[in-house]
Amino acid sequence: MKKWTRRAFIGAGVLAGGTLVLGIAIRPGNRSSKVADVIAKDGESVLNIWLKIAKDNTVTAIIPHSEMGQGVHTALAMMLAEELDADWSQIRFEEAPAIKEYANHAVAKGFLGGGPDVPKFLNETIDGVFLTAVKSLNLQITGGSASVRFTGQYGMRVAGAAARAMLVQAAAKKWGVADEEITVEKGLISHASSGQSASFGEMAPEAAKIKKPSDPILKTEKDFSIIGTSQPRFDIPEKVNGKAKFGIDVDVPNMKYATVAASPVFGGKLKSIDTSIEGKNGVIKVINLGNAAAVIADGYWQAKMAMASMNLDFDSGENAQINQEEIIDRYRREMDEVLANDELEIHHESGDVNAEFDQAATIVEGEYRVPFLAHATMEPLNCTVWVKGEEAEVWCGSQNPLGVAGAVAEELDIKQENVQVHNQLLGGGFGRRSETDIIIQATKIAKEVNYPVKLIWSREEDMQHDVYRELGISRMKAALDESGNPLAYQSQFIFRHHPTEAADIPYDVPNQQIRFSTPSSHVPWGNWRSVDHSTHGFYSESFVDEMAHGAKEDPLMFRKRLTKTEPRFQAVLDLVKEKSNWGSELPQNWGRGVAVHKSFGTYVAEVAEVEVDNSGKVKVHRVVCAADPGFAIHPDSFKAQMESGIIYGLAATMTGEITIKDGAVAQSNFHDYPVTRMMDSPKIETYIINSGNDPGGAGEPSTPIIAPAVTNAIFAATGVRIRELPIKNNSLGREGGLG
Amino acid sequence: MIKLNINDKDYEVDESQGVPLLWAIREQCKLTGTKFGCGISQCGACTIHVDGKPTRSCITPASTAEGKKIRTIEGIQPDENTLHEVQKAWIEMQTPQCGYCQSGQIMSAVALLEANPSPSDEEIDAAMSGNICRCGMYGRIKEAIKRASVKIQKTSTL
Ligand code: FES
Ligand code: FES
Repeated sequence: MKKWTRRAFIGAGVLAGGTLVLGIAIRPGNRSSKVADVIAKDGESVLNIWLKIAKDNTVTAIIPHSEMGQGVHTALAMMLAEELDADWSQIRFEEAPAIKEYANHAVAKGFLGGGPDVPKFLNETIDGVFLTAVKSLNLQITGGSASVRFTGQYGMRVAGAAARAMLVQAAAKKWGVADEEITVEKGLISHASSGQSASFGEMAPEAAKIKKPSDPILKTEKDFSIIGTSQPRFDIPEKVNGKAKFGIDVDVPNMKYATVAASPVFGGKLKSIDTSIEGKNGVIKVINLGNAAAVIADGYWQAKMAMASMNLDFDSGENAQINQEEIIDRYRREMDEVLANDELEIHHESGDVNAEFDQAATIVEGEYRVPFLAHATMEPLNCTVWVKGEEAEVWCGSQNPLGVAGAVAEELDIKQENVQVHNQLLGGGFGRRSETDIIIQATKIAKEVNYPVKLIWSREEDMQHDVYRELGISRMKAALDESGNPLAYQSQFIFRHHPTEAADIPYDVPNQQIRFSTPSSHVPWGNWRSVDHSTHGFYSESFVDEMAHGAKEDPLMFRKRLTKTEPRFQAVLDLVKEKSNWGSELPQNWGRGVAVHKSFGTYVAEVAEVEVDNSGKVKVHRVVCAADPGFAIHPDSFKAQMESGIIYGLAATMTGEITIKDGAVAQSNFHDYPVTRMMDSPKIETYIINSGNDPGGAGEPSTPIIAPAVTNAIFAATGVRIRELPIKNNSLGREGGLG
Repeated sequence: MIKLNINDKDYEVDESQGVPLLWAIREQCKLTGTKFGCGISQCGACTIHVDGKPTRSCITPASTAEGKKIRTIEGIQPDENTLHEVQKAWIEMQTPQCGYCQSGQIMSAVALLEANPSPSDEEIDAAMSGNICRCGMYGRIKEAIKRASVKIQKTSTL
C-alpha cells in the first residue's frame, strides 16, 4: 500500500504567528481512470488539511471523522504523533469542519484503490452503492469501520512522517549539519554532537520553507512507541461530568423546540391539520409537512403535549394492508418463483453443486430467517436548524456532516457553502446517523420561521421511523461425502446491499452456488451495524455448524480443517479454542458454540458459553472473542469496540425484532423492543492478534457472529437448532416459547 | 412558577402542563448533563437524585420536587477540581463509549454506593439493570463500580 504514500502530495504553509500548516492531497495520478474520476480529475488535487504545528509547540490534528465513542479522535491523533515523534502531551485535535475541502477522499480510496492487499469486496464495490455515494455526496462519513483503516493509514501517518521530515531538514539547514545526524524524540529535535536542539514550535516557521518531501518514509511496527498503546481517550473526561455536548444538548439563543409525528404507515400522507392550538399552552406553530405533523413550542414537553392532543388523520394508502406474516409469505413465495423461473442473480458460483447433491452421502439443509431491526441509538434523533435567508446553520451529531450540509442546501435551494454544520457528539450511530432524513425534516420546519428550532424525536418516533435492517431469509443446502468432506455449498438469499463479500464463506468447498434475489419491500432500509454481515454471519456460521454435525465432527475442528489455506482464520480459531477451554467439561444444560467470520478487514472468532434451564430460559454466561484486526492501533479501544459489538448483536440475537402490523412498526419503545441490560450481559474476554496486516475495522466485526455463537451453543446444550432470530420466538422444544 | 433546588442552587421553573423534571432541568435550568432516552422510565438515561434517591426525571413532574434536594450529574463532584470516586473509576476503566447513557449510569451507581458501599455482583445487576447502555459497556460499568466501592470503603474507614 506504499504506492499511495508516493502519490501523496504534501503542501505546507505558514500562518501568521508562525504556525506550520501541513496539507495532504492524494493525487489519482495515472491510476485507472475509473477510480481517478471519483477522486479528482487527472492533474487536480484535493487538499485535506491534516495538521498544524503552532509556536506554542502544540500539534493539532484535524480529523475528518465524527466521534461516536470509538475513540477515533484519539487513535488517529496517535498515528500522527507516532510518525512525527511528538510528545503525546503536545497533541490536540479538532474535528474537521463540514466543508468540501475536507471531504474524506481517503475513505473513497480505501474502498476503491484495488491494491494487491485490498479485499475482493472492495473492488466489487466500485459498481455498488458506495461509488454512487462517493460521487453524489461529498463523502465525509464515519462508518464502514473506515476511519482508522484509511484516514489513519493514508492520511494521518503520511502527514506525521512528512512533517517530521520537514522539521528535520529545516533544523539541518539552520544548524549546518546533515539530515541524518538529527534525531527527534518526544517533540524535541536535536543534534547530538553540536548539542543543539529545538522544539517543533521553534522550528515550525523554518520548516514551512522547506521543499516538501513527496515520499515520506513510514515507520515499521517495531519502531512504534505510541501506536499500539492505549492512551487515555480525549473524549472521556467530559463524558463523566455531564459537560459532553451531544446534538440534543445544543442551546442557541432564541431557540424553540419542535417535535413531529409522521404517518405510522410508511408512505402515508397527513390529510389536514388543525392549527387552532397555536398560541395556547406554549404552542407557537403547527405545520403540515406532508407525511408528518410538526409542532413548534416553547419547550419539547409543550410540543409533545400539543401533538398528543391533536387528532391526526393520515391517508395510509395501500401499505396499510401489509402485515408481518404477509411479508414473510411473500418473500418466500418470491424466492420459490425466482428459483423456478431461473431468475436468481449469481453472487458466486464455482463447480457444479447439483451434480454433487445427486450423489452425496449426506445432505444438510435448512432455511434461516432474521427479522427487521431498529438501531435504537441511545440518543433519540434530533437536529437544530436556523434558516437565515440564503444561509443556514445546523447543529447535529452526524456520521456524515458533509452529507448534512448537502441535504440542507438542497432543501433550501441555497449554496452548500452557505450551510454551516456544527457537528456534535453522537449518542450512538450504528449506521443510523449517516442518514439525513431528520436533517431534511428539521430544515422544512425551520424554514417556516426565522429563529433556530431544535427538532427532537420521541423514542417512539425514533423506533417507528427508523431505516431498518432488512428482514432476511436464506435457504442453505450442503452435500457431504462418506467421510464428512463438504462437496457442495448452496445458498439462496434475499437482498444484497453491501459489503457484498458478506455472503462469501471462507471454507474450502469445491462446488459453491450463492445466489440472491430482491423482493419489493415498503419498509425503509438502512445501514445497521455491520450491514449485510449481520445477516450472513448468522446464516453461514449456523449452517456450517449444521454441516459439522452432519459430518459428525467437532464444529471448531471442522472449521479449522476447512480453512487450512487461511492462516488468519486458523490463528483466531486456535486462540479462541485455547482461551475458551474448548472441549472442557461444562455444567449440565450448558453448551459452547463457536463462530468465525471476517468483516471490514478484521477476523473474529467467538465462543459463547450458554445455559438453557429447564424452563427454556437462555442465559449467555461468557463470550470469548479472538480478533485479528491486522494491528490494533489502540488495543483498549479495540477491545471496547469488540465488547460493544457483541452486546449490540446479543440484543438482536435474544430479543430484537421489529414487526410490521397494518403497514406500520408495531414496537415503540424499550418495553416492547427490549435490548441487552446489565443482568443479561455475559462476561466478555477479548484477545487480540497483531498479525502485522493493514488495520481492519473495530466498530462492526464482532457483531455478526454473536448470534451463531449463541445458537450453536444452544444446539450443543439442547440439540435444538435455532434457525430463526430472535431466540425469544423459539420454543426450544418446549411449549410457549421463552417469553 | 415554582422554585427547584438543584445542586444546592435555586432555580425558578415553570411547572405548568405537568412538565417532567427532565425537561425543566434541561431546557429551563440549562443543565444538559441529564439525558432523554425513552421518556417512559425504561432506560435510566434521565436518572437524577431527589432527596438522595435515584429518580427517573422523565416521569417525575417538576411540581413534585418543590422543596426537595435535587442532584444531577453536574452536582456530584465534592468540589470543582475533585472528581467523585465513581467518576475517577469511570475514567480509569475508560468506561464511556458514546457517553450518552453515562450520566444516568453514574447517578445510579452513586446512589447504589451511597446506600450500599460494598454491593455484590447481584446487587450491582439489580441496581443497574434499569440503565440501558446501547454501546454495551456493562462489563466496564460493573468493574468501575467495584473499583469505586473499594476506594469509598477505604476512605470511610480512615
Ligand atoms: S428517559 Fe427516563 S428512563 Fe429513559
Ligand atoms: S456509552 Fe453509549 S449508550 Fe452507553
